[in-house]
Amino acid sequence: MAETKRIFTFLLRFIAFCTTLSAVIIMISSRQRATVLVFSFEAKYSDTPAFKYFVIVNAIVSIYGFLVLFLPSKSLLWRLVVALDAVFTILLTSSISAALAIAYVGEKGNPIAGWLPICDQVTKYCNQVKGALIVGFISVVLYMLLFLYSLHTALNPLLLEKS
Amino acid sequence: MALQSGEKLPIFIGHIWSKQKSRWTLLGLRLLAFLAAAAATLLMVLNKQTKTFVVATIGTTPVNLTLTAKFHHTPAFVFFAIANGLVSIHNLVMIMMDLLGSKFDYKGFQFPMIASLDMLNLALVSGGANAAAFMAELGKNGNSHARWDKICDKFGAYCDRGAGALIASFLALALMLLISFLSILNHKLVNSSSHNSHNNIIALPN
Repeated sequence: MAETKRIFTFLLRFIAFCTTLSAVIIMISSRQRATVLVFSFEAKYSDTPAFKYFVIVNAIVSIYGFLVLFLPSKSLLWRLVVALDAVFTILLTSSISAALAIAYVGEKGNPIAGWLPICDQVTKYCNQVKGALIVGFISVVLYMLLFLYSLHTALNPLLLEKS
Repeated sequence: MALQSGEKLPIFIGHIWSKQKSRWTLLGLRLLAFLAAAAATLLMVLNKQTKTFVVATIGTTPVNLTLTAKFHHTPAFVFFAIANGLVSIHNLVMIMMDLLGSKFDYKGFQFPMIASLDMLNLALVSGGANAAAFMAELGKNGNSHARWDKICDKFGAYCDRGAGALIASFLALALMLLISFLSILNHKLVNSSSHNSHNNIIALPN
């Protein structure tokens, strides 16, 4: 029972690490050059601070996830992992909500502010950003599950081995 | 005998005093977090500004365009208002439970429920505050690559009130972070100290 739990959490952490890493890679590699009337401009992820924040937070969380995979299961650092899981889950939710807010403006525009949607001009860039956001959302769900699980095991200390 | 009672007494008094003091500290922090989140919600929901622009001049009569900036034009601000509303309700319920809840029997579920709900609401308020913060940054600085103009020079009062709501929400976020960690720490301290004092009372007479 404890063995299957350990394997299951290890697998979950590995998948979560893969999703954060792929969110970073998809977002970084999204760029497209488009010509509107006479201008030629290039749409990159680094034009928007929200996407830059998304990339930075997902990079930090993937490094953390990679390091946690190598933690031996009886070590005392698992208590630190509970606290760090909390912090990184909260950071991930904030980054995905910020990126989603800006992506919504890019897709639908804002008529009151006079902001036109840009998705019909740079379709490939838009689709790639959407893909990165979907993968980021999956990683948020996975990290939320991992965090609730570690909270549950940390709050029932009688079920774990005494260390 | 006097030495033994002198050794037992400070532990007992220290345990009682710290438990009461930490309970009232936690309650005070929850009240502050409730007020901050409620202030953020109210400021955002009541945020509105109307301005008239002159867009063209036909002959001598100017053509006016009246624009109203309201919070529900931007989905990020709607999410911000809903998240902060939910967090203020959560804090209110927690305060009521602390003051009036000693009648109910929670069957041991009280502490995990409080801790998980605190963490979930922390994630909620952080998401809402951050989304609104990045939308506000877009409104303040614009985005030259996407040809989006900044709007804060035209709708100054709207931007100022939005900034106030954001500050209140970040304050609520910091307070909720403090509250969740303090309540977990408090519970651990109370549980482990009760075990320790039990052991001491057994071990002392020898």
